[in-house]
Amino acid sequence: MQTLSSAAGSKNTDTGVSVFRSLDWFTVGLYLLLVVGGAISIYAASYDFDNASMFDMSEFSGKQFMWIGISLLVGLSLLLIDSRLYEAYAYPIYGVVLLLLVITIFIAPDIKGSRSWLVFGPISLQPAEFGKFATALALAKLFDSYNFNLNGKKSDYMRALIIIFLPVMLILMQKETGSALVYFSLFFVLYREGMSGLVLCAVLGAITYFVVAVKYTEPLLLGIPAGEFAVFLIISLVFLGMLAFYCRDFIIARNVILGFLASGAIVGTLAAFGIIVNGKVFFLSLLGAGCSYVAIVMFRYKIQKFVITIATVVLSVGFLFSVNYVFGHVLQPHQQMRIKVALGIVEDLRGVGYNVNQSKIAIGSGGLTGKGFLNGTQTKLKYVPEQHTDFIFCTIGEEEGFAGSVTVLTLFVALILRIIHLAERQRNAFGRVYAYCVASFLIFHVCINIGMVMGLCPVIGIPLPFFSYGGSALLGFTILLFILLRIDAARNERI
Amino acid sequence: MRKDYKLERRKFVIGGFVVLIAAIFVARLFALQVGEGKYKEHADSNAFLRRTVYPARGLIYDRKGRLLVYNRPAYDVMLVPRDVKEFDTLAFCKVVRLSIEEFRERWAAMKDVRKNPGYSDYTPQKLLSQISEEEYGRLQEKLFEFPGLFVQKRTLREYTYPNAGNVLGNIRDVSAADLENDRYYRPGDYTGDLGVEKSHEKHLRGVKGVEILMKDANGRVQGKFEDGRHDKAPVSGRNLTLSLDMELQAYGEQLMQGKIGAIVAIEPETGEVLALVSSPGYDPSLLIGKQRGAHYAELVQDPYKPLYDRALQAGYPPGSTFKPTQGLIFLQEGVITPSTMYPCYHGYINGLRVGCHGHGSPIALKPALQTSCNAYFCWGFKNMIDKRGTKVTNQFDKWKDYMVQMGYGYKLGIDLPHEGRGFIPNSAFYDKARKGKWSGNSIISVSIGQGEVLATPLQIANLCATVANRGWFRTPHIVKEVEDTVLDASFIEKRRPAIDRKHYETIAEGMRMAVLGGTCRGAALPGIEVCGKTGTAQNPHGKDHSAFIGFAPYHNPKIAVCVYVENAGFGATYGVPIGSLIMEKYLTGDISPARKGLEERMMNANTIISSGVKKH
Repeated sequence: MQTLSSAAGSKNTDTGVSVFRSLDWFTVGLYLLLVVGGAISIYAASYDFDNASMFDMSEFSGKQFMWIGISLLVGLSLLLIDSRLYEAYAYPIYGVVLLLLVITIFIAPDIKGSRSWLVFGPISLQPAEFGKFATALALAKLFDSYNFNLNGKKSDYMRALIIIFLPVMLILMQKETGSALVYFSLFFVLYREGMSGLVLCAVLGAITYFVVAVKYTEPLLLGIPAGEFAVFLIISLVFLGMLAFYCRDFIIARNVILGFLASGAIVGTLAAFGIIVNGKVFFLSLLGAGCSYVAIVMFRYKIQKFVITIATVVLSVGFLFSVNYVFGHVLQPHQQMRIKVALGIVEDLRGVGYNVNQSKIAIGSGGLTGKGFLNGTQTKLKYVPEQHTDFIFCTIGEEEGFAGSVTVLTLFVALILRIIHLAERQRNAFGRVYAYCVASFLIFHVCINIGMVMGLCPVIGIPLPFFSYGGSALLGFTILLFILLRIDAARNERI
Repeated sequence: MRKDYKLERRKFVIGGFVVLIAAIFVARLFALQVGEGKYKEHADSNAFLRRTVYPARGLIYDRKGRLLVYNRPAYDVMLVPRDVKEFDTLAFCKVVRLSIEEFRERWAAMKDVRKNPGYSDYTPQKLLSQISEEEYGRLQEKLFEFPGLFVQKRTLREYTYPNAGNVLGNIRDVSAADLENDRYYRPGDYTGDLGVEKSHEKHLRGVKGVEILMKDANGRVQGKFEDGRHDKAPVSGRNLTLSLDMELQAYGEQLMQGKIGAIVAIEPETGEVLALVSSPGYDPSLLIGKQRGAHYAELVQDPYKPLYDRALQAGYPPGSTFKPTQGLIFLQEGVITPSTMYPCYHGYINGLRVGCHGHGSPIALKPALQTSCNAYFCWGFKNMIDKRGTKVTNQFDKWKDYMVQMGYGYKLGIDLPHEGRGFIPNSAFYDKARKGKWSGNSIISVSIGQGEVLATPLQIANLCATVANRGWFRTPHIVKEVEDTVLDASFIEKRRPAIDRKHYETIAEGMRMAVLGGTCRGAALPGIEVCGKTGTAQNPHGKDHSAFIGFAPYHNPKIAVCVYVENAGFGATYGVPIGSLIMEKYLTGDISPARKGLEERMMNANTIISSGVKKH
């Protein structure tokens, strides 16, 4: 340890010069555009009829500019540190941040039901925002460790999941559900590093089942809700599809298909004579019979590849049955409401739906080119609560219109794709995994935030990176990005 | 660690996912911002409060510059139902001194589409009309406690004189029909009702302005949109100067106290109406403010119909005031010359009998006017209509055309609403009524202003003005001047009946003689040459109507007047004295001491008892 730090110290002057030569200025440029655009939007979002200056320290925009200054200083300092130190101190940093998160649970004051803010005089910080870079460092370090193989040992998998879910649990204990959900985006990293694609498919499938089952509840056929009917149909089709895919000679799949068609015909005929078979029973027996048949064939001919097929069906049906329970009993009423609003089941314009509706009005009224800077009536007259923080995107939508919104969106897409590009040019797993972590966090934040502002996904209170007002978030994302830039700048320093 | 190229391909899955989501977002943005227009409307209805700024209604002056009608501020409590948040109803009721029941009633009435056809959740609605200045003051202080409510300043009318209600009119809330017919109006606006307020509504009302205010999410007004660049200032209504002489009008109303009837005084030279008395009248200030509805109902139910403007609307048998018109037609048609004489042995006896009074016989036109000889005009009428070698219908329609040219039978076109047209029959009328069997002789009573003919006091006064002008008149009008506007050409052009001036001169002489030594002796004024003609009209309602027309001075007349008093007996009894007093008052500004007794007698006389109408 002694030699390492002294070696780093002696090299500092060299890296200090070379880091700017090999720095990815493209990313820095995108970063600067985003933060300055953000601060200007914050000025517009908090602008009212007493025209204070954009840099007035009593204004949100003034404070944000101060935070930009601080962030730039911090970012600069991070660039001047030897990149090897990040790798070396990854676990200690992770440990310190976890400790901070634990402390926060106990000493943070209750602000709107959450205990996530540490108050130091005039400054409040949200430690959860610093959990991201620490987790990313720890995960990168883990993947870079000798002989680590995600698909080789179950313990390696477990270690990765533990690193991800420790901060999730702590943040959940602070009652910051939104910030905790962000960590689920790290599945992108696991996927990139070898996790089976089936897991992603399963997640997508689960989301689809959930949406369809929750949204369409009016009874359709055979006495079951349309959504459930659709999900059963999808499960049956997936089952058949997987059989057909895995079965070269097609006989098994053909038998099952014929069986399904015959059963469907019988139920249809019965229905024609006025005998209605309960749909749930029908589908369950159908899938049950199908799976049993496949299992028998599997055991007889010792074909293992149908395990996944049967597991898929069983898990799918199990998931479907638990959806209603989870939705009705596990989720908080306000969370249920937010999901219902996002799915368009209810409007609730005076309650949960108010924000989203006003936000949609703000964006929608912007038109092609917007109403002009500081001319947004929805913005100026405060129709969208939390507009300078989580709903900042509707300021762009209203005042800069479709053109401005697409520009901002393009900046984010460019940044994320650039980071993926940076990730792939790293020479070791540490750099690559860290970069993918950064990309994943950004993907999640941007998708959920902009999606929520446009009414595409439920309201989850997470900021738009670099844009939303808030020192902690800006500082957190800046640290996240600048450590990446530092690691990337050093990619040629050592082999 | 070696690079795993198989896994590296997964960057395309992740990158592809990002691009896919971005594409969905762009599509959504496009749908929201470019595709649908409704969000723009939503945003505008959120942010903008278009508040109407009402212009001051035009003032009304009389011909001598006396202010008759002016404005008084009134305050209506308005609200946009959608913007109203829950508030303390009890506190509100306390501020505006309303019981909670009254408040609920008002609220329900406002929301009731039948009572309030313009109701909408999104536009300003009137909750309370015309609260007092004091209530307004208190409410203004506490307005922030009642989000969504605001006070609309309006103007009410205030009258300096309790007279001329029929001429001035008043203002009322717009009706559903008004809203439909004129896009200027919005629910809760006021519009002129009756009198010049109605006929000159478009001049008086001005142009509404609009103030575009911005309101925030809490409904608080946050200032003007773009510093008022899109606001429109209201344009005040135009002031009116009436031709009415308010003093004369008031005097006329005083003379008509206790009588049913009308006085119309016209300045012959200009056609300007100097006085337009309908009796009984009403105080126009009864019809303003919160009590308007109750007072209006009372006036409607009054058996003497004060809202009925007899001067303009009533079709009376003109009686002997009709004789000058007949003389004119006969002279023009060559039926008679000024020296033609007809016999009169106490009347016209030719198969039927029209009675007359004692005077010499035979008699010429001027003495016939002087003594109001019935027989003379009956003979003239018979000789014209039943002329040998002509058809009755042709002759009668010719007669009718003269009458119409003189302003009878149709509306004259005065700038007041509800003018009546009287009635002048044509040949078709008699063909139908008498089944084709009629002659001048059989409808002879028309010639003395009885029978089927009816005329409004305004038409009769106009005839008098035409004689005063010796052959022409200008359409009578009540508004002398509209601020910054040129008077309508129809009030400036001279209208000439196709009758020679010299014939009018003859008639004027006859009317002068009537005052000098005939039926109108009572109209003689010291130092003023007055001309006149009495009328005593039989009618089916009881005692004869007493009528008089007169103008003065004989040369260069300044005033022509018609007085019509229902069921008051001979023309000389009431018509003549009242008419002469009007002329004297207008011409000299006062009543000579010798005639003070007459004045007092007239003011105190009550003929209403003989009208047969009972007040319940």
